[in-house]
Amino acid sequence: MSDYDGLPGDWELVVGLEVHVELATTTKLFSGSPNRFGDEPNTNIDPVTLGLPGALPVLNEHAVELAMRVGAALNCTIQACTFHRKNYFYPDMPKAYQVSQYDQPLNIDGYLDLPNGVRVGIERAHMEEDAGKSTHVGGSGGRVHGATASLIDLNRAGVPLVEIVSRPDIRSADDARAYVSELRSILLAIGASDAKMEEGSMRVDANVSVRKPGAPLGTRCEIKNVNSVRSVGRAIEYEARRQIDLIESGDSVRQQTRHWDEGDGRTHTMRSKEDADDYRYFLEPDLVPLVPSREWIDRVHAALPMLPAARRTRLAAATGQLATSEAVTSVVERGQDDYVLAVGGTGGDAARALVYVKEAFADSPHVPAADLAALTVLETKGALTATQAKAVLADLVANNGGDAAAIAAAKGFEAMDTSALEGLVDAAIAADPDAWQKFCAGDGKAMGALVGLVMKSSQGKADGKLVTALLNQKKS
Amino acid sequence: MSRSTASDIAAAVRSGATTAAAVLEGHLAAIALREPEIHAFNLVLADAAREHAAAIDAQVAAGDDPGPLTGVTIALKDNMCTRGVDTTCSSKILEGWKPPYNATVVDTLRAAGAVIVGKTNLDEFAMGSSTENSAFGPTKNPHDTSRVPGGSSGGSAAAVAAGFSQVALGSDTGGSIRQPAAHCGVVGVKPTYGYVSRYGLVAFASSLDQIGPFTNSVHDAALLLNVIGGHDPLDSTSIPQQHPSLVDAIQQGVEGLRVGRITDLPEGADPDVQERLEAAFEALREQGATIVDVTVPAFTFGLTAYYLIAPAEASSNLARYDGVRYGMRVDAPDTNAMYGATRAAGFGEEVKRRIMLGTYALSAGYYDAYYGKALKVRRLIHDDFERAYQTADVLLTPTSPTVAFKFGEKSDNPFAMYLCDTYTIPSNLAGHPGMSVPFGTGAHGMPVGVQVLAGTLQEPVMFRVGAALERAVAK
Amino acid sequence: MSARISATDVAKVARLARLDVTPAEIELMTLQLGGMLEHFADVDLLDLADVTPMTQPYPLTNVFRADEVRPCLDRDEVLAAAPAAEDGCFRVPPIGGEG
Repeated sequence: MSDYDGLPGDWELVVGLEVHVELATTTKLFSGSPNRFGDEPNTNIDPVTLGLPGALPVLNEHAVELAMRVGAALNCTIQACTFHRKNYFYPDMPKAYQVSQYDQPLNIDGYLDLPNGVRVGIERAHMEEDAGKSTHVGGSGGRVHGATASLIDLNRAGVPLVEIVSRPDIRSADDARAYVSELRSILLAIGASDAKMEEGSMRVDANVSVRKPGAPLGTRCEIKNVNSVRSVGRAIEYEARRQIDLIESGDSVRQQTRHWDEGDGRTHTMRSKEDADDYRYFLEPDLVPLVPSREWIDRVHAALPMLPAARRTRLAAATGQLATSEAVTSVVERGQDDYVLAVGGTGGDAARALVYVKEAFADSPHVPAADLAALTVLETKGALTATQAKAVLADLVANNGGDAAAIAAAKGFEAMDTSALEGLVDAAIAADPDAWQKFCAGDGKAMGALVGLVMKSSQGKADGKLVTALLNQKKS
Repeated sequence: MSRSTASDIAAAVRSGATTAAAVLEGHLAAIALREPEIHAFNLVLADAAREHAAAIDAQVAAGDDPGPLTGVTIALKDNMCTRGVDTTCSSKILEGWKPPYNATVVDTLRAAGAVIVGKTNLDEFAMGSSTENSAFGPTKNPHDTSRVPGGSSGGSAAAVAAGFSQVALGSDTGGSIRQPAAHCGVVGVKPTYGYVSRYGLVAFASSLDQIGPFTNSVHDAALLLNVIGGHDPLDSTSIPQQHPSLVDAIQQGVEGLRVGRITDLPEGADPDVQERLEAAFEALREQGATIVDVTVPAFTFGLTAYYLIAPAEASSNLARYDGVRYGMRVDAPDTNAMYGATRAAGFGEEVKRRIMLGTYALSAGYYDAYYGKALKVRRLIHDDFERAYQTADVLLTPTSPTVAFKFGEKSDNPFAMYLCDTYTIPSNLAGHPGMSVPFGTGAHGMPVGVQVLAGTLQEPVMFRVGAALERAVAK
Repeated sequence: MSARISATDVAKVARLARLDVTPAEIELMTLQLGGMLEHFADVDLLDLADVTPMTQPYPLTNVFRADEVRPCLDRDEVLAAAPAAEDGCFRVPPIGGEG
């Protein structure tokens, strides 16, 4: 749900997202120190991590495997690639250069389909090493402004990253959030990362610009420090409005990096240098080219699990719903689609199961598929009304399973047999011939009166849907 | 004693004919006598060496074999990490720094039974050709202490020449083993790039650096190179294959080998050096080799390519000296100020000059004109050499254009110093091996070295020719 | 001879390389670096259009290590060698300043 009503006037939002993902390897990208979050500072260090004189990098094969999985899952071309040095000074950069990929990255030209059907192009997903972490002491709020010193922890330095760069194909804050969520689901499904934004294993930078329809791309600003999916939306919407206000007041947008402040809900200029650092990229002489074989690439593709988009398609087909529907997207997101299909597989009705699971399974109860299947059958054959089925469902959820028929009986829900029901319908028609005539003439409201009569005479046990079906039958 | 080979010593110690302790004492005595004058070392490790020698002797007494270098004394250039022992690269910025780990070659040497005698002086961060760029004072040439020993591995070359250790290790990026070897009258070898592990060698130019031996004999160089050579999983650029025995190779003569004379070699070698080179060709001809003419047209552009590539890589490799994690720090109100002040105070002039040149060569707008162009020239040099090696097995050149010069003689003009490496640089660019073999004396009675060059992994044939030259001189 | 590098360039490069330089040093370096670059112009005579750059002296590809933990360094030993340390971290002046 959007917090805002969209951009004013006919302004168009253009967003590209750069997502850094920490790979779930045991050790770092170029050395054997553990890749672990939350350890005591500077305990996961070695000569390579510290950038000691004489240290040399050696590439972690499993990191490559995971990076290839990311590329495959994002429909990229996986190619021979090289590593470059990106040179700049910063205290959490032990070598004063980051080993990354420049003009020959591992994965290029892919795409990610959002649940709503929008396709976002992926320009590249390349490998690089992470930097350490710095904290500031002596100032207020841990910010560097006013600090007396900065403290450097190199545990994170050298952790393998994949940087996923989207094309500027995102047109709304909602889609930006959906992109991040979908990407996260994919990363979890393929086991490449635990993608926890709150722990920094997934970091999102947003490139935001605005333009009028048909106009060329506007000047963009890069927004950093966006630490949750919700912030992605808020930050983008704030920034878009900031830029629109600037332009509409006659000013222009300056290309810059801005910092999102979750507290005050605004982006702020970062204390950056006047001229952007010249990174002086050159090929990393301490590494050799990475040339994944055809066999390796094929194996990675073959080993991919079913991804969220395919799951949605599959679930939609099995339940007769749209892949973009709320029910399908939320059930797949929760990872409960296999369960719904299992209910269908054990003789139940998958479409009903989808509804039940969407509505009642948010906390993932352990209801055996067969138990739920039995309930769906009771409902679809008319033994239970929708309301009754819902009540039985609540019971199943609370008790992690059960015998649906027995529960229904215990609650006094009976199947109303069809001929008895038909008798009640005939009686209602006879009792209100006026309504019957109007209904036959096509007046939908008149049906309501007839159904109401039947419900009353059945003391609520009649199944509304069946009554409607019977009335329609008799009409023709 | 310096005329014994390392093999002789190892055999003698293993057999009990002598002890590692006795061997060591001989060298320590030489050090006590002449080191105050020569200043080959940044640090003499007398106590540690004695302890280690004693341990080796104990091993031998217990019937164990400490290895092929048992009791052989070795000096290490002070840009190789030695755990818990100062490794300064002869720079103020690393003064007092003790690495928490060993370079792979150090572990290898210890496992082979060698006794490390000390860390030798060098041009700061291996940048120089005379060891005058050391922050801790120059090293003197043992043959004439008014002259430089060459550089950047001047300390290691002098240590072997003066008998301070049986052998030594240096590093060669543009000639920093071969040139001081020539000036000090010892054997110096730069192997094929990737032959010896660079893990723990403080990087100067990553695609050019190689560790190699200084010895008094070609035989010792063969032995030492075989011990330190080989694949290291900690160095991604190390060649993943076993190397053939070089000691075996040098048993073969040079009958039928084709020795190439580079007819378009850049001019500039002094007449005395030229004369020694001619004598070397003659000596090889006498031993059955054929002399062939070859051309290496791009050879002359080696200096330019090198002085764009090496400083560029160095500017990146030396950026880590920022005062944050180790080494010298000059305090300042913020990190950028700290970097600027620390590096200004910690680096010497030559290092700063190369960092500036290298940064410029990589910078936006200049990459194609300088660094990018140099990489292409490198390709030309490599390909020209490869072509030459189709008709010649090895090439012979002077190692250095002159004999060792006097202190201060080339200090005013950096470029004059760079010319010292004219003949050694191109093989670094090509990744090819090269060795300098002492071949008599030249002007002022100073040693002259002749350089043998060969193709990738052609160390065996290179050593065969080196041994032949050595035999000729011995006569 | 036109200057191959200007004093402004030298000052900019010094900033990129985080090397404090005095005006006298800038002047000297401008001269020396300019002289070197003049020498290096010899390669401008070469036709390099069809030449592929050489970046690797020995042609290797696909060098890997297994994703297995190796012993780490001792933090105390490492921090003892640091210019300043606090709370298990490397301590530096506040991050920032003129780049």
